[in-house]
Amino acid sequence: MSESEVTRDGIRGARPGRHALVGKGMWNGERPGRKARKGGKGRKGDQPMVPRAEFTSYYGRPVLNPPTWHPRDIAGYFFLGGLAGAGSVLAAGAELTGRPVMARALKVSSLAALTGSAAALINDLGRPGRFANMLRVFKPTSPMSVGSWVLAAYGPMAGAAVASDLAGRLPRTGRAATVAAALLGPAVASYTAVLAADTAVPAWHDGYRELPFVFVGSAAAAAGGMALLASPVAENAPARGVALLGTAVETAAAKAMERRLGVVAETYREGRAGRLMRTAEALSAAGALGGALLGRRSRTAAAVSGAALLAASACTRFGVFYAGMRSAEDPKYTVLPQRERLEARREGSRDG
Amino acid sequence: MTGASERPSLIGRNLLAGAEPDVAGDAGHEGHPPRVGFFTDTSVCIGCKACEVACKEWNAVPEDGLDFTGMSFDNSQGLGASTWRHVAFIEQSKPLGRAEAAVDHSDVDVLALASRGSGTPVEEAAITPTSPASPSPDGQTGLRWLMASDVCKHCTHAACLDVCPTGALFRTEFGTVVVQDDICNGCGYCVPACPYGVIDVRPEDGGAHKCTLCYDRLGAGQEPACAKACPTDSIQFGPLDELRERAAARVEELHRVGVEDARLYGHDPEDGVGGDGAFFLLLDEPEVYGLPPDPVVTTRDLPSMWRHAGAAALTLLGGVAAVFAAQGVSGRRTGRRR
Ligand code: SF4
Ligand code: SF4
Repeated sequence: MSESEVTRDGIRGARPGRHALVGKGMWNGERPGRKARKGGKGRKGDQPMVPRAEFTSYYGRPVLNPPTWHPRDIAGYFFLGGLAGAGSVLAAGAELTGRPVMARALKVSSLAALTGSAAALINDLGRPGRFANMLRVFKPTSPMSVGSWVLAAYGPMAGAAVASDLAGRLPRTGRAATVAAALLGPAVASYTAVLAADTAVPAWHDGYRELPFVFVGSAAAAAGGMALLASPVAENAPARGVALLGTAVETAAAKAMERRLGVVAETYREGRAGRLMRTAEALSAAGALGGALLGRRSRTAAAVSGAALLAASACTRFGVFYAGMRSAEDPKYTVLPQRERLEARREGSRDG
Repeated sequence: MTGASERPSLIGRNLLAGAEPDVAGDAGHEGHPPRVGFFTDTSVCIGCKACEVACKEWNAVPEDGLDFTGMSFDNSQGLGASTWRHVAFIEQSKPLGRAEAAVDHSDVDVLALASRGSGTPVEEAAITPTSPASPSPDGQTGLRWLMASDVCKHCTHAACLDVCPTGALFRTEFGTVVVQDDICNGCGYCVPACPYGVIDVRPEDGGAHKCTLCYDRLGAGQEPACAKACPTDSIQFGPLDELRERAAARVEELHRVGVEDARLYGHDPEDGVGGDGAFFLLLDEPEVYGLPPDPVVTTRDLPSMWRHAGAAALTLLGGVAAVFAAQGVSGRRTGRRR
């Protein structure tokens, strides 16, 4: 119903200054036909009425639209991608240092985990039949596009490594594929952290510096756990080392991330995410220490430690996932950090 | 849709953050029309929801839930896959500008007014809140009802578009951001990427949907349906440069007449998303309307994210290599272990 005409080059016939005025603007400050009000109350409008900024929200509704991703699919995808990627690195290490049982087990588990993670990703699509559109373009600004291409390169390598090992054929090709998978593996294990961080979800985005280290640490612990679970004690020494290293990196990075996150760190400490993160910490400490202390002597202790490490890694991924969901669903975690940022900038410009 | 033949892969050439004067040109459109957008002046919105209805009708957007929320007159609750315009209603115990809520009518001769017939002379008509709130502790009375029609911001740096892995989201020749439904595979990445909570996946068809700024109407030289339907011109459509000028003048005008808390939101090309294609005049802090106070396009930090991920990947590779080196070749322990 606007009177102005809209053309492709803009608006014709707009009449500026015809908009409704509110308050005393309607009478240019003076109400017609009325005596000034008795008492001094009426002039309060001269003071700005904006109160001091506090945390408010629109009926407690989220500012963001929370991810539509399913926890099992996407947290599972993070976990399996980490297991696959770090597993390939361990597999190559095992193969090059003469630990054939460990190498084969990890090659198989990496391929299985990769298949599982791809299945989870496809299952989570709103239109699974169009999953091939992931490779329609290559977009460096989209971690999911980059990740799809990394997986497309990694998958055949992981597959060839297994095929050659199991069939005992083409050993040189198999070796090359194993090494290639080991070089791509760290990318597979770490890109999922960028995938989560490259969103507006406060618990993920604001932790973007530490999250990749949480993820590779967790991935290394999972792969170390798988190696402990699947290899004889004679071969498992590096697995114990990797499990310790991974757990240390993961724990340190998670602590650093919580320190950085300020109020948003609550989402990692409370509720379901908090329980999962604490369980992960306990399980990975138990698994890594158990493996280191007992894994050399007892095959059973090694297997149990390995299973604990795998479970810990899964708990971490689900914990990170739920922390992100919570931070997206509560407007507090969107508004407060942004308010603080604005205030800091305002202070800065006043001082500067 | 016209212009859809442009290759979305060119999107990769955009800057990731900061002011970007020629979004359509950077997306590969040559000789494109000027960038268009919305200026939503919430100070004149009357909450009639004509925009919500017009949008639904024109774009054939399906029903989005028939709820009674108790949130003032707001039952559509927020933007989503099937809500592309959303009118927010906020009731506050606070005067609007210098308007007086509990107006004293004791000096008005109603019989004399009645003899003048029905219909208040235009120059005497006033917008007064319908019911005054109970007095606050300092004896003030006042009630204001804020209404604001929210919409996709068509960001200069649109996170939804940046993260979309399929290229379904693309930048049109008008500088707007549109989803191509026949390409979207429903991965849902755009949903948490949007700093304003606009785009969402529709469960019924699995695809992502949001405001197109009526791409089809623009192509035919028409203004978007919501702007066309808005009876108060709260929603104004036009070339972005012109809208920014008009908005600056409007905010000045409101300040002059005593609406001190009028402010623009999303108009600044230097802000965290490089300025919105659809920006607003608000009468309170953005979060009161459910808008983020300082949104930043997540991809601004993407180079740093990749660097950190690269460092983490090298840590994994180097760490595992170091462990194997320390353990030595199986069966021939080098004795370098602790
Ligand atoms: S407001 Fe959200 S959906 Fe709209 S262009 Fe910006 S990022 Fe995309
Ligand atoms: S849901 Fe569709 S539009 Fe959104 S990022 Fe995925 S493919 Fe792109």
